[in-house]
Amino acid sequence: MTQSAPITPYATIQPGDATRLVRRTPAVDAVGLEERAASLAKRSIKKDAKRWALDLAIRCMDLTTLEGVDTVGKVVALCAKAVRPNPLDPSVPSVAAVCLYPNLIPTAVEQLRGTGVKVASVAGSFPGGLGPLEVRLREIRDVVASGADEVDIVLNRSLFLGGRYGEAFEELLAAREAAGPAHLKVILETGELGSYDRIRQASMLAMAAGADFIKTSTGKIGVNATLPNGLAMMEAARDVHRDTGRMVGIKVAGGVRASKQAVQYLVVLHETLGPEWLTPDLFRIGASSLLNDVLMQLEKERTGRYQGADYFTID
Amino acid sequence: MSDTKDMRPAPAATPVAPPADWTYAPAPESTDIVRIEDRYGLFIGGEFVEPKSAKWFPTINPATEDHLADVAEAGPEDVDLAVAAARDAYDSTWRDLPGSERAKYLFRIARQLAERSREFAVLESMNGGKPIKESRDVDLPLAAAHFFYYAGWADKLEYAFPHVVPTPIGVAGQVIPWNFPLLMAAWKLAPALAAGNTVVLKPAETTPLTALLLGQVIHEADLPPGVVNIVTGAGATGAALTGHDGIDKVAFTGSTDVGKTIQRQLAGSGKRLTLELGGKAANIVFEDAPIDQAVEGVVNGIFFNQGHVCCAGSRLLVEEPVFEELLDKLKDRLQTLRVGDPLDKNTDVGAINSKQQLTKIRELVDSGVEEGAEIYQPECVLPERGFWFAPTLFTNVSQSHRIAREEIFGPVLSILTFRTPEEAIEKANNTPYGLSAGIWTEKGSRILWMAERMRAGVVWANTFNRFDPASPFGGYKESGFGREGGLHGLEPYLQLEGRP
Amino acid sequence: MSDRLEVRRTAKLFIGGEFPRSESGRTFEVRGADGELLAHAARASRKDLRDAVKAARSAQATWAAKTAYNRGQILYRVAEMMEGRRGQFGSELREAGVDDPEREVSAAIDRWVWYAGWADKLAQVVGGTNPVAGSYFNFTLPEPTGVVGVVAPDEPPLLGLASRLAPAIVAGNTAVVLAGERAPLVAVSFGEVLATSDVPGGVVNLLTGSKTELLPWLAGHMDVNALDLTGCPSELAADVEVTAAENVKRVHRAAPVDPYDPRAQSPYEITALLEMKTVWHPIGA
Repeated sequence: MTQSAPITPYATIQPGDATRLVRRTPAVDAVGLEERAASLAKRSIKKDAKRWALDLAIRCMDLTTLEGVDTVGKVVALCAKAVRPNPLDPSVPSVAAVCLYPNLIPTAVEQLRGTGVKVASVAGSFPGGLGPLEVRLREIRDVVASGADEVDIVLNRSLFLGGRYGEAFEELLAAREAAGPAHLKVILETGELGSYDRIRQASMLAMAAGADFIKTSTGKIGVNATLPNGLAMMEAARDVHRDTGRMVGIKVAGGVRASKQAVQYLVVLHETLGPEWLTPDLFRIGASSLLNDVLMQLEKERTGRYQGADYFTID
Repeated sequence: MSDTKDMRPAPAATPVAPPADWTYAPAPESTDIVRIEDRYGLFIGGEFVEPKSAKWFPTINPATEDHLADVAEAGPEDVDLAVAAARDAYDSTWRDLPGSERAKYLFRIARQLAERSREFAVLESMNGGKPIKESRDVDLPLAAAHFFYYAGWADKLEYAFPHVVPTPIGVAGQVIPWNFPLLMAAWKLAPALAAGNTVVLKPAETTPLTALLLGQVIHEADLPPGVVNIVTGAGATGAALTGHDGIDKVAFTGSTDVGKTIQRQLAGSGKRLTLELGGKAANIVFEDAPIDQAVEGVVNGIFFNQGHVCCAGSRLLVEEPVFEELLDKLKDRLQTLRVGDPLDKNTDVGAINSKQQLTKIRELVDSGVEEGAEIYQPECVLPERGFWFAPTLFTNVSQSHRIAREEIFGPVLSILTFRTPEEAIEKANNTPYGLSAGIWTEKGSRILWMAERMRAGVVWANTFNRFDPASPFGGYKESGFGREGGLHGLEPYLQLEGRP
Repeated sequence: MSDRLEVRRTAKLFIGGEFPRSESGRTFEVRGADGELLAHAARASRKDLRDAVKAARSAQATWAAKTAYNRGQILYRVAEMMEGRRGQFGSELREAGVDDPEREVSAAIDRWVWYAGWADKLAQVVGGTNPVAGSYFNFTLPEPTGVVGVVAPDEPPLLGLASRLAPAIVAGNTAVVLAGERAPLVAVSFGEVLATSDVPGGVVNLLTGSKTELLPWLAGHMDVNALDLTGCPSELAADVEVTAAENVKRVHRAAPVDPYDPRAQSPYEITALLEMKTVWHPIGA
């Protein structure tokens, strides 16, 4: 594509500027970043602050199932859990969304209508993201047409790591257009990018293309979300906010199983992007088993007793 | 899929509206683990003894101004006894003890410090005002590591210095400051003892308690009586020690003024001396720096331990193109600093160590405002009791302002700009001090170029305020002489006689 | 022996690579052991000392910036020049009453060569990397402290001067030397050796005159970083050291060993006038 190509309303740069954007992205010192993340992870969140954080963790959760063996029955049960995570305690809020493969979207749409819980679908040849562009774009259009409120796609790492930033950017632009009214989350697959510099650059590229959220991982490779990866992305989002006023959401996904991890991400978010980001509109945790751990923690906070897994439903 | 419709759950109740801000609940570290005595004697000859001076002084918690204990004030007679005990121990046991045995004593101390680290950390924060997360994560691990590191040297001294016979010097008189009370005791004691010297240590007037607890640890470690003696008191006690005829070596960490006084006091005596004095470090940020880590480094450089750090990065030199961005980011970051109860695990900036120090900080900050610098302080509510000072930035600072020249030893940062690497070096070195410096740039060749030209004993590149027992630390110029830490830290405690 | 009239040398100061007379116009009589008048040597004033420190300061950065190999070569060249002036040094030492001038000249040249060879080895022996507990590369290097005031011992005149001066400058310091008072002409000749070798002007500055007069000014000079007081008269030591504290000067004296003893030469005589600089850098991709 050339400089004169039409730009979507979402993009903040011309495709020809993609390389410049990547190159002028500030460097990230790995050790300093990891030390900062580790230091924030040591925050001691107790009592009311903890209860509020656990509550928020649920409200920000994309309850996810992305397995080849997912069925209608599995999704129906998941949706029930999403809406009423603890059937015995109506004060426990619903999660933000369920996140599924495209073929199960109609089921979820039906189950969740009127509940406020959003339907999110992966699309664009998830998790590799390397199918033919037209096929990927059609998949995005299809899931939106079948009712997905949110679409999670994968950055083309082949183009990005190959230095073909302009082409990677154009693909993201096309995906952004294809998603239309749906919220677009761009998965950077941070575990494959190799460095925090790359994570920050990819974050900048995705945000410039109009992503509503940038997301750490597919959950399908060995390395999932980590606190430093999340921090690197949040620092990039902070720059976009500082420079343009635009607030881009952060989604951490994969490997977040314990309440303590969820609270740590919230602390890092709080102290990096500020309290304005403490909302499902701007922060998501993609998880499956995390929900029960949070429920157990909430119950422990409520009753003062440590909890057992048999008292929480598996869905 | 209409057959699944009846399985739809009822919507959850509307969640309780979240608070506008997420306020972390107080997370105070319990003080139950610490038992503070009503009063503490002097640790002389392996026992805690009443002072011959019959004088005592109170020690307080600077965060609350609560009285913690009374501590003996060692007079000249007490210092005499301590030096005599150290001399006896030197002559009768320590000097001739095999290095491998000295090593085991030091390993014992290291292990005991690690075992009792929470107790020490809480006491350190109570007596000195530093945040518990720092005493827990920095002071205590480093103090234990320091003993562990030097323990291993005790029986390997002949490997440290080629072609010489290393022998101990004798009795060392050591005077330490209040900013890292236990850690400075470790920095002083560990190399001295490993090298075979005995010691009389004087902790700072405002922060004697962890050193005295260390005395208990030393007692429990069965160190021969008199190898370590601890005399508490103020400046007069320190002067009685450093000027004492019975000591062979003086080590001092503290202000440049007192350092000079000690150097004069020892003039012509032939006694060995090492000084670790003040600083006014430049932290230099280039446009290509990893900007967010640089912000963290700048914050850590000046607000770590309330800026009560001789190597604090108290002058920030910013390359002009990145000045505004860095300043914005710094101001935002300052808003997130949590100032308050040192024992709260979430506190980032604790109490100022003493009323006297607070007065000094205020005086210098006032001078900055009067001289025309622009002050910025984040909104933060400071406790009513105790000694507190909000994290402070100054812009529009010129090299001639007092806040750019004098060591403030508080949470106060002066920000200046530069245009070229040469100008950065010129400004960084334009001070009588030379303890530390920081460089932030992604360009490796520039880091080495800058590091070579910086007149400072420690240069942190793309990091700041890192310490390690294996890493030598000490100053150029009026920041003192001699090194602590690493192999180089042994040298001040040894005589290196040529091998015949 | 012909009846040709000898061309006598004017014994001047050596400052910034040049041979000025004292700005004060003063000289002092130098007499041999037998009382014979040998020369009127320049008697340096405090202003000469000030000029010498200024010259030393302005030469310091360039001297330190030379490669260690180059500094070693330059100092070795000094030894070559000394060898060429054996006769001159020998007769000056003999006139000053030294018993075995040949031995002293040889020892001084050998000592100078010994230290010259340290230039490009010292950092490896006294510096190194430090295994810190964390993801950091950490290394320590010796660096010059800056301008060193060297009070040369009176005894032995040439070996004493060489033994104090060589370690002071080999690692990149520059020096202001107060010459020994017993045989000041040896120091004057040494300046001529330096001037005809490749040592840049200002690296070594030699002042003849009265230590008692000059020492307080040297000790109090705020642009002098360190003092080697080996040749400081003991009755002056305390006052000099009090003054030296004004800018926290490093103060060093030679180990109390016979200068001819091999133990008198040591890398620690060099490091006593150096700073150790430690540099940290994160290790991360």
